[in-house]
Amino acid sequence: MSFTTLTFVLFAALTVLVYYLVPARAQWVVLLAASGLFYAAAGGWYLPFILLTIASTYTVARLISRHAARDEAYLAEHRAEMTKEARKEYKAAGKAKRFVLLVVGLAFNFGMLGVLKYTGFTLESINGMLSLFGAGKLPVPALILPLGISFYVFRSTAYIIDVYRGKTEAATNVAKYALFVSFFPAVTQGPISRYADLAPQLCAPHKAEWGNLSVGFVRVLWGYFKKLVIADTVMVAVRTIVSAPDRYEGMYVFLLIVLYSAAIYGDFTGGIDVTIGYARMLGLTVQENFKHPFSSRNTAEYWNRWHITMGSWFTDYVFYPLSICRPMQKFSKWSRAHLGRAVGMRMPVYFATLVTWFLTGLWHGASWNFIVWGLLNGVVILASRECEPLYARFHKRFPKLGGTSGYGYFCAVRTFFLMGSIRILDCYRNVPVTAKAFGSIFWRFDTWRELFDGRALTELELSVPAWIVVGCAVIAVFFVSRAGKKSSVADRLVHRPVLWTAACSALVLVILLFGSYGIGFDAGDFIYGQF
Amino acid sequence: MNELIEILSELHGDVDFATEEGLIENGILNSLDIVSLITEISDRFDVQIPAEEILPENFDSAAALWALISRLDED
Repeated sequence: MSFTTLTFVLFAALTVLVYYLVPARAQWVVLLAASGLFYAAAGGWYLPFILLTIASTYTVARLISRHAARDEAYLAEHRAEMTKEARKEYKAAGKAKRFVLLVVGLAFNFGMLGVLKYTGFTLESINGMLSLFGAGKLPVPALILPLGISFYVFRSTAYIIDVYRGKTEAATNVAKYALFVSFFPAVTQGPISRYADLAPQLCAPHKAEWGNLSVGFVRVLWGYFKKLVIADTVMVAVRTIVSAPDRYEGMYVFLLIVLYSAAIYGDFTGGIDVTIGYARMLGLTVQENFKHPFSSRNTAEYWNRWHITMGSWFTDYVFYPLSICRPMQKFSKWSRAHLGRAVGMRMPVYFATLVTWFLTGLWHGASWNFIVWGLLNGVVILASRECEPLYARFHKRFPKLGGTSGYGYFCAVRTFFLMGSIRILDCYRNVPVTAKAFGSIFWRFDTWRELFDGRALTELELSVPAWIVVGCAVIAVFFVSRAGKKSSVADRLVHRPVLWTAACSALVLVILLFGSYGIGFDAGDFIYGQF
Repeated sequence: MNELIEILSELHGDVDFATEEGLIENGILNSLDIVSLITEISDRFDVQIPAEEILPENFDSAAALWALISRLDED
């Protein structure tokens, strides 16, 4: 049941209706039932895996919490008779036991994710190497990939790590915890909300309020507009370019960078708008996942604005623990002693950055193009950091330039193209083909003629009216996004009923008239839903 | 506290760490600085700062960082 089907729209509307009709204490049960139905409808075989994640992480968190409470009680009782060292020793021993429990929970869930998502990729990579030596091939089993597994495994592993760290109380009701893991608007494509942010809201009573319903509704429409009018329409042209890399070179690849950026922005942010909108209609505030990413002045800023919850997951649970763990600190000290202070300081951070981005790439998909994409992002971030003294010298020489809006736009455009260039690895899904296509931008200058005489646009299987609609839609998104930088446009519309009605009517009309529908076209496939 | 300010000054000599209260908020300390700081603190004060304590409120000023070190040492 994809978000873009009429069935889902009716299902979500019915859920909202029933949610507000039942007694407040039973609202979370309605959400749990709806989430269960939604997930079961995606495929019966998916259910055991999400249930295993729920059961295992719930149990591990309870055990960790019980151990921690027992240790705390013991310390409180014997505090007076224990020395500081004895207390530290006792705490360390207790923490070590809890750590074993945490590792079991993480290994089980990441193991399940790894087997289901990466077995085919690993075996195919091994087969590729074996073929170099003329050896036979290993059979590659066709395993199912449960819907949203990358998201719900990340959400629930973050939960058990937070319980282990003492940042979150362990859940005491497995059904309520199951709702946190499987909450239907967020189960397929995030955001990767933290337990402490979302779970209390899910189980709290909510009254039907016009503010929440109207803000949520307009946000949902805005999401569908971005997905159906921009993303899905532009993807037609993207697919045409990608399907014939030998035909579409030079200017077409440049065009692909721009078009795919627009498509992926419409798709990802549109999907999240729908999620946040439906949640808001239920009285819930889900964390924003994108904050004006294309206004970023550099790559590091871009990644603070794009897929924020995934980025913070990797920062909190991979980057920092890895860069400050004891072996890394020892390595850093050794590097300082033998390679100098500057190199020694950088070693743990650079190593952790590359590992984090390797894993980020792998999380996005089981193929080399995603791994290369991840590593390239890491390299660009590190290179930017190394260039900071150069930038500082440049700005010292031209002190007024940095504050001008022109320079700000220049930096944003530079970041847009840099990120866009790396992102086309996702389109071709083949590293050498992407490299060749990207290189052609710098030598197939003859192809620009096809853009200037207008042939290029009609060649890409979109009609002139479709380009005009997409162009107008992108301009609308640009201005609405700009207007919403200080405060949400949807929130401001609530206080202007006439404007709200006009905006909703216009969005419904535009979606119905210009949304991408048709035979052979699957509007339901959100790109992040495939992760 | 003086030793901590000394460590911080080695990272950014141009910042007045005794008064600055927006080390994270104002983008003075980046991830490289934080990781280096944690290594130095472990070295000089024999205090391990765990990943869960890497929060803006613990690193926004020298005083906040000193409070964190004292708390962890006490624990």
